[in-house]
Amino acid sequence: MTDDRISHYLCIGCPLGCRLEVEEDARDTIVEVRGWSCKKGERYGRQEHTDPRRMVTTTVGIEGAALARLPVKTSQPVPKGQVTEVCRLLRTLKVSAPVRMGDVVLADIAGSGADVVATRDLS
Amino acid sequence: MITGQATQLKGRYDVVVAGGGPAGLAAALGAREQGAQRILVVDREREAGGILWQCIHAGFGLHHFKEELTGPEYAQRYLEQVLEKEIDVLTDTFVADIDRDRRLKLMTGREGIRVIEANAVVLAMGARERTRGAVRIPGTRPAGVMTAGFAQKVVNLHGYLPGRRAVILGSGDIGLIMARRLTLEGIEVAGVFEIMPHANGLSRNIVQCLHDFDIPLYLSHTVAEIHGRERVEKVTVAPVDAQMRPIPGKAWDIDCDTLLLSIGLIPENELSRQLGVRLDPVTNGPIVSSGMETTMDGVFAGGNVVHIHDLVDFVSQESLLAGRNAGLYVTGNRPPTDNIRLSPGENVAYCVPHTISSERPHTIYLRVRRPMEKCSIRFGTVLEKKLSYVFPAEMVTLTVQPKFLENFHGDALSVDVVAR
Ligand code: SF4
Repeated sequence: MTDDRISHYLCIGCPLGCRLEVEEDARDTIVEVRGWSCKKGERYGRQEHTDPRRMVTTTVGIEGAALARLPVKTSQPVPKGQVTEVCRLLRTLKVSAPVRMGDVVLADIAGSGADVVATRDLS
Repeated sequence: MITGQATQLKGRYDVVVAGGGPAGLAAALGAREQGAQRILVVDREREAGGILWQCIHAGFGLHHFKEELTGPEYAQRYLEQVLEKEIDVLTDTFVADIDRDRRLKLMTGREGIRVIEANAVVLAMGARERTRGAVRIPGTRPAGVMTAGFAQKVVNLHGYLPGRRAVILGSGDIGLIMARRLTLEGIEVAGVFEIMPHANGLSRNIVQCLHDFDIPLYLSHTVAEIHGRERVEKVTVAPVDAQMRPIPGKAWDIDCDTLLLSIGLIPENELSRQLGVRLDPVTNGPIVSSGMETTMDGVFAGGNVVHIHDLVDFVSQESLLAGRNAGLYVTGNRPPTDNIRLSPGENVAYCVPHTISSERPHTIYLRVRRPMEKCSIRFGTVLEKKLSYVFPAEMVTLTVQPKFLENFHGDALSVDVVAR
């Protein structure tokens, strides 16, 4: 077992921040994920090693509300490389009040398959 | 908008909660759960929910709701529960004073000054950010120097960007979160500077807020000087020596128009001080019993006003307990007084609560003074718990069951974190 077959990650699944080790065999197949304290960490290790994804939270403009910005999130994690693009696309989006928590403000952003949903009521 | 306005302010309440952030909302629910009748939450902002509305990132609620929520979702869910339980929420109102007879002087947006009486009070005023004055950075006093939380508020609620190129001093969680937030809004973050040799925020935030965006973190470094007449033009940064003084020969300048400070929170205890409850000089918050009662009869406290928490879930949990005990107090069911004092010993900065009872299980929160690996927490000789590491930035939580105290007859327990 040589060290270059082991990759290190820090699980971001919860504030505990377990230190993970992902071990691959000679054909780049994951043989083991170690260091997690719960199953979510094992899944995260595999995912992070093969296809890292992040939830995106940002704001969009809102008209006719007491505040200028409405907080939103993606309905599911998007590929890490798309995070910046998602935020850039949302920067100019404007919705109208009232909005309810959970409302979809934009479907399938940047072809990621994730919807953008409001994270609060705002009127 | 789900702002709750008390329809008609009553003259007397069972429980009045000062502060409508996550601590105050949980406390009100706890008081209701234990049968308190008339409950009022007072908040100075336009809507209750506190800092959560501007914490638009995810990471809240894993303990309490068993799912990962954003700050606004967490606030809204709590607020909905509070309003469902017919708890009065009075916003745009400032608690100006509380006296020993638990009379509260309120300055309300609508009705001017009102005095109300409470059978029990819960202090839930939270905390505020430390500012430039707390760390005395030399240099000019231009615009563009602000706390990370203030920047968060203007960006996330009002849609203003604080500048074009920022430096962040301090690696607290709010600073890390803002490093990512500013980057995603198109502001360049030149780096995060931390005077301590270790980061102050959660490791997950170092990864997902800094590493993900290649933002450098400089440990054992600080901002040595601020330059600029009207607006910040640049800052001088430098590594620090063992006494945490900048080493001039190794300093360099960074062009920027914004300096964010993420250098810690201070419990907001002006009201507590006026009222005369005793404060712990280490936490800067009230000394509390296991029922979160302060040194003053019928006055309870929970959340960041007592000590600074890392996670809102713990704020809610502790304040729920404060509220429950306020409820027990007003219904005449207050549990027997604590009989054991906890005293922070080796590598323990503080413990909350300050006293416990040998008859009930307790959750104890503590903070260590310095990092340590492979160590144990010792409660006198009655209990020892192994930990793989401890870190000043991470609060240690542990539960003490009454069975461990069965054969303990003393009145004080020393709490120590020692190497194994
Ligand atoms: S492995 Fe589980 S416990 Fe550890 S950080 Fe990930 S989610 Fe949290």
